[in-house]
Amino acid sequence: MQIIYTDVLVIGGGLAGQRAAIGAKRRGHDTIVLSLVPAKRSHSAAAQGGMQASLANCLGGAGDNEDIHFQDTVRGSDWGADQEVVRMFTHAAPKAIRELAAWGVPWSRVERGDHEITVDGEKQTISENEAAHGLITGRNFGGTQKWRACYVSDGTGHAMLYTMSNRAIAEGIPVHERMEAVALIHDEGRCSGAIVRNLMTGEILAYVAKATCIATGGFGRIYRASTNAIINEGMGAAIALETGRATLSNMEAVQFHPTGIFPSGILVTEGCRGDGGLLLDANGHRFMPDYEPKKKELASRDVVSRRMEQHIAAGQGVKSRFGEHLWLDIRLLGREHIDRNLREVKEICQYFLGIDPAKELIPVRPAQHYSMGGVRTNPNGESQGLRGLFAVGEAACWDIHGFNRLGGNSVAETVVAGMIVGESIADFCDSADGSINVSTALVEKFARKQTQQLANFTLASGTENAFDLTRQMQETMTSKVGIFRHGDQLQEAVNTLQNLLLRSRNINLRSATRGPNPELVAAYRLPRMLKLAQCVALGALQRTESRGAHYRDDYPQRNDLEWMQRTLAVWSEAKDELPTLSYEPLSIMRMELPPGWRGYGAKDYIEHPESALRRQEIDRIIATMPDADRHAHQAALMPFLDKLPPHLRPLNQRLSKF
Amino acid sequence: MNNIPLAEEHRMLQIQILRHNPSALLCDSDKGSHLQTFEVEEALGMTLFIALNEIREEQDPSLQFDFVCRAGICGSCGMIINGRPGLACRTLTKDLPDVIVLAPLPGFELIGDLSVNTGKWMRGMSEHLETWVHNQELEEINIDVIEERMEPRLAEQIYELERCIECGCCIAACGTTQMREEFVGAAGLNQIARFRLDPRDKRSDADYYELIGNDAGVFGCMTLLGCEDMCPKNLPLATQIAFLRRRMAMTTG
Ligand SMILES: Cc1cc2nc3c(=O)[nH]c(=O)nc-3n(C[C@H](O)[C@H](O)[C@H](O)COP(=O)(O)OP(=O)(O)OC[C@H]3O[C@@H](n4cnc5c(N)ncnc54)[C@H](O)[C@@H]3O)c2cc1C
Ligand code: SF4
Ligand code: SF4
Ligand code: FES
Repeated sequence: MQIIYTDVLVIGGGLAGQRAAIGAKRRGHDTIVLSLVPAKRSHSAAAQGGMQASLANCLGGAGDNEDIHFQDTVRGSDWGADQEVVRMFTHAAPKAIRELAAWGVPWSRVERGDHEITVDGEKQTISENEAAHGLITGRNFGGTQKWRACYVSDGTGHAMLYTMSNRAIAEGIPVHERMEAVALIHDEGRCSGAIVRNLMTGEILAYVAKATCIATGGFGRIYRASTNAIINEGMGAAIALETGRATLSNMEAVQFHPTGIFPSGILVTEGCRGDGGLLLDANGHRFMPDYEPKKKELASRDVVSRRMEQHIAAGQGVKSRFGEHLWLDIRLLGREHIDRNLREVKEICQYFLGIDPAKELIPVRPAQHYSMGGVRTNPNGESQGLRGLFAVGEAACWDIHGFNRLGGNSVAETVVAGMIVGESIADFCDSADGSINVSTALVEKFARKQTQQLANFTLASGTENAFDLTRQMQETMTSKVGIFRHGDQLQEAVNTLQNLLLRSRNINLRSATRGPNPELVAAYRLPRMLKLAQCVALGALQRTESRGAHYRDDYPQRNDLEWMQRTLAVWSEAKDELPTLSYEPLSIMRMELPPGWRGYGAKDYIEHPESALRRQEIDRIIATMPDADRHAHQAALMPFLDKLPPHLRPLNQRLSKF
Repeated sequence: MNNIPLAEEHRMLQIQILRHNPSALLCDSDKGSHLQTFEVEEALGMTLFIALNEIREEQDPSLQFDFVCRAGICGSCGMIINGRPGLACRTLTKDLPDVIVLAPLPGFELIGDLSVNTGKWMRGMSEHLETWVHNQELEEINIDVIEERMEPRLAEQIYELERCIECGCCIAACGTTQMREEFVGAAGLNQIARFRLDPRDKRSDADYYELIGNDAGVFGCMTLLGCEDMCPKNLPLATQIAFLRRRMAMTTG
């Protein structure tokens, strides 16, 4: 067996993985990136809408800053996020976008003078300032107070990923494509690389590294209806779970996007609504203002998705032979706007639905979209259970999103966390902890286990079909662990998944082809996906409240009294049928923004007495500092700057003032 | 998506696939390359992505092909569809005749059946043409201060050329790439046009001439324009190549 030695092994070639790799490499550590597919085809390329950073250049963004971005993100998370980490994130986001601008991303720019925009279905004219001309512009997105989503026409993710990948090539970072990490090598709580399967030849090899970083993106494909790429099967989080050491957190926090096209689930961007698009029902009635008079179509995703399902349940959906859906109307934006700013949307409508969105309505229904949960890390990106293991991007639960992420905060997280985690990986490699002493016996033990498991599939005289079982898992997740959740159904889902996991040990392969055998791939990924699915289902069952995207109709209130907790999951023993869950408390008394009403969605929640106490304390602290500026106030409430690498600490310059 | 139920009355499609598994030759029975026919009942809204997955799940689990985004965004699924290169995931079967012939894109290393190594080719092209912003000052950029300005129109023009998804359709359609292995293709020339337009890249025409001022570059192109017709992103490849050719010819003279 071939063993490849490197300082840093990054598993995943999306935005997060490549940015972390660049950081580690620039600090002088040999870095290899693994990817299932060519790096530029990673799912990051699909982000159409934008990246949040409080640049405050355009008119709609005037007055924006880190504080407002922080508040929006925490409210969006329904107070599930780690507020210190949110601060680190909102502080570094403008730097990340400016770095990408220098590296070559053609961000859309502010154009001075009059522009026609669509607000609430009405045309308005705004006039951009001369002073902002040529600076990076932003657009309106759900759940934000300012126009903060910076974009590149509607190919934001594509442009970011191409620039990032090209930068990685320039830095001489090898990307080993079509390579799948199938297990982490670890011993006594220390991770030292991964066992990897070559997807072109079927060969098993080992990568031994001082630091290993999981950047494998989301796990949307455990659901049937998902906006995610078909490679988003969560294998990175799954192999971390299988160590029995690393913890996953908040796995039940799964986001559904309001506008997946129906029935395929392909996403049309939130930018459609941000730019003024409307949601209509079977009668052509614009229903969102009935439910959300203030934010309407632009309430946060969890709220809009739920309102849509609620409206369909109330009999207002459009009936079709595939089921019911609603309409997205962007006709009012006009052809020129669609051609220029929403071209990707236009192409999707044209190629997958055969319609022209400037003239016709788009059939939509919420679909699984984003995994807030993932490998639990410290603010520096290191796993809490396994030393030498880091995680970044959608695969991680660094925790800026809590129970609901805001549109545009995810690609922003990938690059911001990539900058931060790349540095901490380098720090780790430079430290005494960084050195490893791995015996080939250990490596071979892990490799043998994988080879054995694969051989078992081809030898076994099982009766189950991998593709069928996968479909059953996806069906169960979409119908029982979806937007509206209920105790009985969740229990059924847990039982079904448990049963599927047992059956997955009895798979029969119809094709014994060695090399790149797609059926074998489905067979060995399935039990891992089932374990992730079980973390989601069991986490959802046990969380007897509603928070962000997690909505229990038998427990419709957010319950701060009992649930200011982050769920942690481990899979202690390979033979276990269920994960072991535990809870990590979130300390209200340390929060800069104590729990309250989000400003949209349901107003009733069960308050924690500490929330009022902390608010009083905050008022008292602020009152003692009459002459201080916002930075001083912030530092007095919840200092965070020392957690950032030194070069990311300076203040961000803006047009108005520092 | 495989959740689309089959309709009551639909065509029976004959999908003929050029099969070949280079790595299986080493171990399993050697079937060489051959055309295999599968029958699939058409469904409403069926794309080749749906049809191929159905074949794999129900008829032949060893069939190889590449899909990632299944939304026409990532460039993974280029293949020859009834003689023309195109993206399989966004090709609706209703736009095709009863018999559909699928073959892997030529000009790339074959991995197996419909799967080819476009990724390796594209990375090689990027390394060779250095498709990144070249700027001495990049090491010391100050990311705390307001970014450099750029004219909005220029940013849009750069994005226009940045839209290439490296699917390889232009390469498969190009007579020159089939003859000359080192030819950078329309995708490569487009990259040069993109960075040439970008004021952040400080390379001069003389630098670009070093990269493409030869038969493996812009002078190898016979302007037959197969590339532009096949580009799923409708990139203005012909205009860009013609422009580069003029610039490069002037750079020599
Ligand atoms: C359709 C769509 C639109 C979106 N739009 C937006 C938007 O407008 N704004 C926004 O902020 N966010 C958006 N998001 C979310 C955002 O795009 C993702 O969360 C983000 O890009 C994830 O980046 P990543 O680097 O973490 O992972 P990815 O880009 O998914 O990359 C994962 C990488 O891991 C590799 N990999 C996976 N498993 C393995 C393994 N076992 N071994 C080796 N390699 C492996 C893959 O090959 C890939 O390279 C969107 C998401 C979707 C689905
Ligand atoms: S115009 Fe040039 S690049 Fe395009 S297909 Fe013809 S020879 Fe190839
Ligand atoms: S130029 Fe067009 S055809 Fe060629 S690789 Fe790019 S997107 Fe594909
Ligand atoms: S699968 Fe991504 S373009 Fe076809």
